[in-house]
Amino acid sequence: MPTDRIAESIEASPEDRLEIAGRSFRSRLIVGTGKFASPEAMRDALAASGAEIVTVALRRIDLKGPRTSLLEFIDRARYHLLPNTSGARTADEAVRLARLARAAGLSEWVKLEVIPDPRWLLPDPVETLRAAEVLVREGFVVLPYINADPVLAKRLEEAGTATVMPLASPIGTSQGLRTRDAIAIIIEQARVPVVVDAGLGAPSHAAECMEMGADAVLVNTAIAVARDPAGMARAIALGVEAGRRARIAGIAGPRAEAEASSPLTGFLGESDPR
Amino acid sequence: MNREPIVWNKSPNPWPEFEETLDALPMRELLERARGATVAAAADALARAESRRAGCELDDFAALLSPGAARLLESAAAAAHRVAIERFGRTVLLYAPLYVSNECVNTCTYCGFSYDNDVARRTLAPAEIRDEARILAGRGFRHILLLTGEHWSATPVDSIADAIRIVRDAGASSVAIEVAPLGVAEYRALAEAGADGLVAYQETYDRAAYARHHVRGKKRDFAWRLGTPERGALAGMRRLGIGFLLGLHDWRADAIALAAHARFLQKRAWRCTLTVSLPRLRHAAGEFEPPFPVPDREFVQLLVALRLALPDVGIALSTREAPAFRDRLVPLGVTQMSAGSRTEPGGYAHPLEAEPQFAIEDLRSPDEVAAAIARLGYDPVWKDWEEALHG
Repeated sequence: MPTDRIAESIEASPEDRLEIAGRSFRSRLIVGTGKFASPEAMRDALAASGAEIVTVALRRIDLKGPRTSLLEFIDRARYHLLPNTSGARTADEAVRLARLARAAGLSEWVKLEVIPDPRWLLPDPVETLRAAEVLVREGFVVLPYINADPVLAKRLEEAGTATVMPLASPIGTSQGLRTRDAIAIIIEQARVPVVVDAGLGAPSHAAECMEMGADAVLVNTAIAVARDPAGMARAIALGVEAGRRARIAGIAGPRAEAEASSPLTGFLGESDPR
Repeated sequence: MNREPIVWNKSPNPWPEFEETLDALPMRELLERARGATVAAAADALARAESRRAGCELDDFAALLSPGAARLLESAAAAAHRVAIERFGRTVLLYAPLYVSNECVNTCTYCGFSYDNDVARRTLAPAEIRDEARILAGRGFRHILLLTGEHWSATPVDSIADAIRIVRDAGASSVAIEVAPLGVAEYRALAEAGADGLVAYQETYDRAAYARHHVRGKKRDFAWRLGTPERGALAGMRRLGIGFLLGLHDWRADAIALAAHARFLQKRAWRCTLTVSLPRLRHAAGEFEPPFPVPDREFVQLLVALRLALPDVGIALSTREAPAFRDRLVPLGVTQMSAGSRTEPGGYAHPLEAEPQFAIEDLRSPDEVAAAIARLGYDPVWKDWEEALHG
């Protein structure tokens, strides 16, 4: 299938759209641009994913060197660019990076990542909240990456962030939804879109998030390091789509006991016999 | 094994210096394992290392270094490849060394810059540093490693700070330094000048071997050098590079100490990105013959074991190794490589006017190295840092 038809074909319904900060998107899959074997492989995977939002690490963007920049492989007319602050260890550093992205004309949107620990790549809740407060005040559309902490999610929402992006498991681990119970609470409580970010390794993981009621997911490593990144991008897009459709169709929850499809008391009818 | 594994480092003292941890390592027992583990024991260690996101414990790492584990090298390499891909993706960062000076007060048996060597000495003037930095920027390098010998009057701290500023102004987004071990205050000044990384190899973690090879000069102070990464972290350096020289001492013993050092720093300097390097001794001035030469096969075994034991730690590979060998190491978990290097001060603008620190084996240009990386199915990355992070 030509890649330009993929986004269309996996759309749940024309009315079911992801709304973030007043913008509307058909696709509920956001993709990352790190770890790919080549910029061309990245470009093809983005196309196959049907994604409309693409996140790029500012630290990877070279606006002045002689080498080809990653940005040249991202069609800005097709994708909404979401610069991220990867590399920032403190609120101040994240704020500086976001300002740099805006000054360079990249975006007013920022995926806020404040990660002090390069080993587990877990976000710093305190610095993230501080940075979010500053950036919201300065007019940025802030999408913060957080641990699956329901109270932090509410605090960020109150600070004015456009979404919350809790992690499923540590970045790059492909372990799937290890924070399920906390994410369920975040989804239940949230008034902003919940984007499950990090650790999703397979289409089934993405589907599980969507079935639970997540508004979108972000996937990078699982696509970038697959043998066929474009193929995996498409598969994950379908997983997102399947989970979303199931959510809308209404998933019958698990029952403690078997329940006959023809109820035993059906003969009693809806009301008293005439 | 029905006993507790030997853990990396635990101490009742919350923040001991690494020296304390090193001295407390059960090195005899670990070396027995590194020399004598059976194939079955090595297979168990490999299975445990693969299954743990955090890497393996020190005694399993030792087993992975054993001749028994050498029989499992292909499956260990496959595991290392998987771990590396998941953690770092299909990318290799490219960097270039920039030697500012080869003047040195130390006498070290293996080094081209050694005080006793009667060689052409040179310390670059600021304009010459700028020339070198511009050449490297023109070749696309945004990550620069700035090096000097150890010489307090030729390269005082202020001059190193100036050099860092010059290299940054020429377009580097990340500058690491490999200079004489300094104190926290000096490193803080260099971090403020714009250095974000600190490289300090211990050369060997064995005190007796260290004393044999560091004959004269301040470098004889083993403990001062050992504490260098910690001081850099305290001063605000964000990237730490550690390593030892392969060939000076039993590589298995040094590898165990290096792994313990890495694990210690991951806890002690938990905000810092850590990279290990495995410089293998080659010929330098003075016709030094390494007393413990490391063959290719054992070098690969060590690289693979480090990748499995420390899955989150970067691995740097210099141009000391030959092109074909370097290329084959990429899939095993190398995360950064130098390219087109000159190891004599001024060597980019004026090759061979001063003595190089060591002989380059990989003479390919940066573009050729990048093309080779791409042919291997990896993306050569020139920029992975942002100068705005320095404020």
